[in-house]
Amino acid sequence: MAKNLIAKTGHLTRFILRLDSIKIPLWLVGLTFFTLIVPPAFVGLFDSQQERDAMAETMANPAMTAMVGPGDLGNYTIGAMTAHQMLLMTAVVAGLMGILLVCRHTRADEEDGRVEMVRSLPVGRLAYLNATIITLVFASIALAAINAFGLYALGIESMDFEGSLLYGIALGATTLFFGGVAAVFAQLSDSSRGTTGYSIAILLVAYLFRAITDVSYEALSWISPLAWVTKAEVYSTNNWWPILLMIGASIVLFIIANYLNSIRDLESGFLPAKPGKRYASAFLQSPTGLALRLQRTGIISWAIGMYVLGASYGSVFGDLESFFEGNEMLGQMLNGDDDVSLVEQFIPMLMIVISLLATIPPIMAINKLRGEEKKGRLDHLLGRAVSRTHLMGSYLAISVVNGFVMLSLAAIGLWSAGAAVMEEGLQFGMIYGAAMAYYPAMLVMIGIVVFMIGFIPKATSFIWLYVLYSFFVLYLGGLFQFSEWIGKISPFGHVPQAPIEEFTWGPLIVLSALAIVLMIVGFIGFNKRDIESS
Amino acid sequence: MSLLQVTNLTKKFGKFTALDGVNLEVNSGEIFGFIGPNGAGKSTTIRVLLGILKATEGEVKIFGKDAWNDAVEIHKRVAYVPGDVNLWPNLTGGEVIDLFVKLRGGNNKSKREELIKKFDLDPTKKCRTYSKGNRQKVALIAAFSSDADLYILDEPTSGLDPLMEKIFQECVIEVKKEGKSVLLSSHILSEVEKLCDRVGIIREGRIIESGSLTELRHLTRTQMLVQTKEPVNLKELKGIHEIEETEQGLSFQVDTEELDNAIKHISQFGVLKLESSPPTLEDLFMRHYEGTEKAHDTGVGGGK
Repeated sequence: MAKNLIAKTGHLTRFILRLDSIKIPLWLVGLTFFTLIVPPAFVGLFDSQQERDAMAETMANPAMTAMVGPGDLGNYTIGAMTAHQMLLMTAVVAGLMGILLVCRHTRADEEDGRVEMVRSLPVGRLAYLNATIITLVFASIALAAINAFGLYALGIESMDFEGSLLYGIALGATTLFFGGVAAVFAQLSDSSRGTTGYSIAILLVAYLFRAITDVSYEALSWISPLAWVTKAEVYSTNNWWPILLMIGASIVLFIIANYLNSIRDLESGFLPAKPGKRYASAFLQSPTGLALRLQRTGIISWAIGMYVLGASYGSVFGDLESFFEGNEMLGQMLNGDDDVSLVEQFIPMLMIVISLLATIPPIMAINKLRGEEKKGRLDHLLGRAVSRTHLMGSYLAISVVNGFVMLSLAAIGLWSAGAAVMEEGLQFGMIYGAAMAYYPAMLVMIGIVVFMIGFIPKATSFIWLYVLYSFFVLYLGGLFQFSEWIGKISPFGHVPQAPIEEFTWGPLIVLSALAIVLMIVGFIGFNKRDIESS
Repeated sequence: MSLLQVTNLTKKFGKFTALDGVNLEVNSGEIFGFIGPNGAGKSTTIRVLLGILKATEGEVKIFGKDAWNDAVEIHKRVAYVPGDVNLWPNLTGGEVIDLFVKLRGGNNKSKREELIKKFDLDPTKKCRTYSKGNRQKVALIAAFSSDADLYILDEPTSGLDPLMEKIFQECVIEVKKEGKSVLLSSHILSEVEKLCDRVGIIREGRIIESGSLTELRHLTRTQMLVQTKEPVNLKELKGIHEIEETEQGLSFQVDTEELDNAIKHISQFGVLKLESSPPTLEDLFMRHYEGTEKAHDTGVGGGK
């Protein structure tokens, strides 16, 4: 009987591995890449123990602990530093990989009717689930092995073999655990969206719970599986128990998933699917309302993200002096000037990062118009009494307001956290002004997208290359000593770098005017061209 | 009175000519059937009518207004059902219906409920979970709950089961009774035959035939089955096709204009049994495509 339930699991495992023969390696390469480039960079940046201790001091604040977890700050070697700053974040991404992998081959395949076809063949009822789990195990082992050997192969003194192995296995175990969470939710929820949604929610709750308890009452943080990753104390005490606990918990989850799968019907779930709304709210019944509704979740997530980003930058302001003391390389990235404080020197560089990141959500908001066109859904609106100007105007308005809100939230986050940790406080006007100075440049980027949607719709996604270029040139420009015109190709290169540069209105007015012209021309183009069919 | 008038419409996509001098007319209070194989240009024509595509040449007038420049004004009186109904996966059917009705202007709540019941749609489900037929129902309910003067329906029944198809036909007949006009593009010839006053056949971007069904029937052949006392010789007659000896008798097709001669000729041989089936649109349709390559697939054409 039991054998019948899992008949042909091996065949299906090979099949799933083949289906994922590109996706899994891409995830592995991406995750490993970020793990392996960081330690050598740390070696370059923090040459002496003195510099590393300065870094440890900067990291010793609640905001940092909340973000990356506790670390071995007393003995801050390159290894301890890597484990402290990188391991938890990488583990979250590894967990995400597990969730997506499992969801893809459980509930998503079931929802699309593929599992039904497989079930009609002489395979066991639990075979597909277990083939997915075996694939997950393979992916986790591969992740663990590549990272462990990769880190050890870097040959950095403080990164011994045992620590590297534990680092790798911690990542693999996280993939396994959250894959297990997704396997259970694939049985409970009756849609693939629900499965991914609930699983990612668990991942986020685990992270947040860990963040709160790590700061307030560390013993409680044992409840969150993500805290087990930091409790392994990789490259310092190398504690294996939390990771073994994680693997054990994963196995329990797999057993629960199998049990639930065996007692339910195909395409049913245990969580009740709640019926949706019978009527549209008054809010939804306009092009703007619809556009906003479609982007709601994304906008809210970005808004929270921007505030947290600003706040986490602000939280290091208190220890900035000690951090930069004697670190030549980082000093080079700032424009050295003794008249202004280090914080003020640091702000322009932060603002470039913040403003470019804050440009992503408004660009996504305006790009959505193009996305809707490609999916053939604009016909529904344009086939009714909605003009093209009205339609594009709705998306543009959302994008423009979105950008303003994102930039403001990041600035408010930066100021509120900064003011809290700095003894002498921080002027809100200075921070907010420095951020808002980038708003016209952001409008130019939005204007370019409007223009492209109007005239060269197929090229719309090239805007991301321009954003990437701006980031690369302006953020790293100081380090590589690029000549000035390379930065001026980006609208962000024309923004006066308050507070170190004198604030001038000229470039901002020119940028705003350029943005408006681009938008107007884009509207004309959109009003003249064919709407593509799906 | 003509409600919709297309004169010499040409649409090019780069070098490709999708529509080549299309002429069409839909009169007030009539149902016009628009038929043709996939990729012939049905959907392209309809998208030009709606001002979603811009005509390269020619004139398109609806309610006497220009389809491109006055699109918004025109659309206040038009209800449209696209061939491929793509909806927003995270909205419910009910929400989409309300949105569509509202965007067109006007509101008819009781009609909405009645149609939801008739079409047997669960409006509380997310569009993600809807099958093709259910998505079409959403578009149809939204269209028929609005008080439009012209209904433009692009292969609206391609995903519906026969029962729902019948309900759809009732809806069309009802709006016709109210004096509204319908442009119905379709594959399903029996449906066009049942509903339409006039038809236009499009092929490779040209209207090759248009007129009332009676007008077009002269182009078709009648299917005959005869049993006679003496063997009939049909070889010398004009307009006889597909002669076949069967157990029931001699089966053949005859051109409508040669029908009289054929009957006269056959009657000389002592008719025992005579069966004839009327020319169907199917025959008419097939005759126009005889010799050309078969239509590619059965889905709705999205071809440009």
